Amino acid sequence: MGPTVTIPRFTLPPLVARIGARLPQWPHAVALAAALEAARVGGVLPAAALAALEGRTFRVTALDAGGAADFRFANGRFRPLLRPAPAPDLHLSANLSVFLELLARQEDPDTLFFHRRLAIEGDTELGLAVKNMLDAVDLSSLSRLPMPAWLRRRLGLAA
Amino acid sequence: MPATLGSPRRKPALVCPAGSLPALKAAVDHGADAVYLGFRDATNARNFAGLNFDAAAVAEGVRYAQSRGREVLVAINTYAQAGRFGQWQRAVDAALALGADALIIADVGVLDYARRAHPDARLHLSVQGSATSYEAINFARERFGIRRAVLPRVLTLGEVAHVVANTEVEIEVFGFGSLCVMNEGRCWLSSFATGESPNTVGACSPAKFVQWQKVPAAAGRPESMDVRLAGILIDRFGAEENAGYPTICKGRYAVQGETYYALEEPASLNVLALLPAILAAGVAAIKVEGRQRSPAYVAQVTRTLREAIDAAFAQGSRFTVRPAWAAALAKVSEGAQVTLGAYDRPWR
Repeated sequence: MGPTVTIPRFTLPPLVARIGARLPQWPHAVALAAALEAARVGGVLPAAALAALEGRTFRVTALDAGGAADFRFANGRFRPLLRPAPAPDLHLSANLSVFLELLARQEDPDTLFFHRRLAIEGDTELGLAVKNMLDAVDLSSLSRLPMPAWLRRRLGLAA
Repeated sequence: MPATLGSPRRKPALVCPAGSLPALKAAVDHGADAVYLGFRDATNARNFAGLNFDAAAVAEGVRYAQSRGREVLVAINTYAQAGRFGQWQRAVDAALALGADALIIADVGVLDYARRAHPDARLHLSVQGSATSYEAINFARERFGIRRAVLPRVLTLGEVAHVVANTEVEIEVFGFGSLCVMNEGRCWLSSFATGESPNTVGACSPAKFVQWQKVPAAAGRPESMDVRLAGILIDRFGAEENAGYPTICKGRYAVQGETYYALEEPASLNVLALLPAILAAGVAAIKVEGRQRSPAYVAQVTRTLREAIDAAFAQGSRFTVRPAWAAALAKVSEGAQVTLGAYDRPWR
């Protein structure tokens, strides 16, 4: 295992959120849905756990980036929602650095929640199912997926 | 017999939680002596969607732990439901066939089955069995041959020492994590709100009954995060206030015109400061709560307790809590604060 990368806690300047909120949001949704689809097709996300997500809508909001991604899991696939519903079934909101800490398994979601750095609204049981699905992913199964070199190092994967 | 701060008789085993294979590996890699886990079904008191182990994952976990000299304890710690006893019997059989070092059981019927069907199996009495006296523990030893009992988090340290001194059964105590202040697995406050038994639905605040809601600032009222269990408002957090799990015992209520934490504050149990006394009392194992949490938590807490227990064993009464340990545990705690719980309560 190479040197690990620690994600620093940061908040983007307020200007970023002001600009970000005025930009079109659909590219975020397309990018996130595509990444989740790649993980699903790659066999990283177990089919049994994914079944609990069928027909549900999700929103992930990066508060300090002023961006939100809306997507839906339907007919066994992740698809971006270009016209999001006013109230998704599950809404996760946090600053960008918090999502990076979660992605890198640097911090426990409950810890982030206790510190009010991560908010979960909507169907709590659905949120728990998503969290547990991501926790159960064996990192070695990620080695085939494309990802940035820093994240690969952080997760202890071979380059 | 009160606990004295003489040299400890033995170094307690560090028993850590795993809700997934990555969490088990994190526990083993960071110094757990044993890892406890459960099946993905109703025999497991932490039965949440997406959490826990199927047979293949148990087999892989047992292989990973035992090849590194660590143990795997399988919790079959719910109360068997009428007409479905076969499910609990099959869980006992499966866990032993998969190579579990011990079973953690609460129900006397399940204990009885395990003892009769598997006379050599190592059986632990679960905290969900709620045995708080040496008489209860010795009874379970006579009838079911239990080798260890996990004490509920309601005894003072003096009472723990008294139990240890009066039984040959190994005693396991909680060292860190979320805290039940009542009769474990039988919280009537939770049952009153949800109509469910905390023992059989995974927790005292089952997710399907929990609602978190951001409430924007309005005239005369700042922004808040409101949390409800089965529609009952149990707390309202200000924008920067630390939160805990949505349990009724850790909510804020209006009592005689004052709104405050009337039962218990959001806080996690942390016994680091008491480690020399706990070791002197002669406990066999120290347990970490948190099978519902992520591999990151398991890694952080296991590493911290490993260092602290080793230091307390080596240093005895000269032991002091390192600030880095205290900070690491406070960070992952409910409400970002810790408590000694019942261990050092002055009253009985």
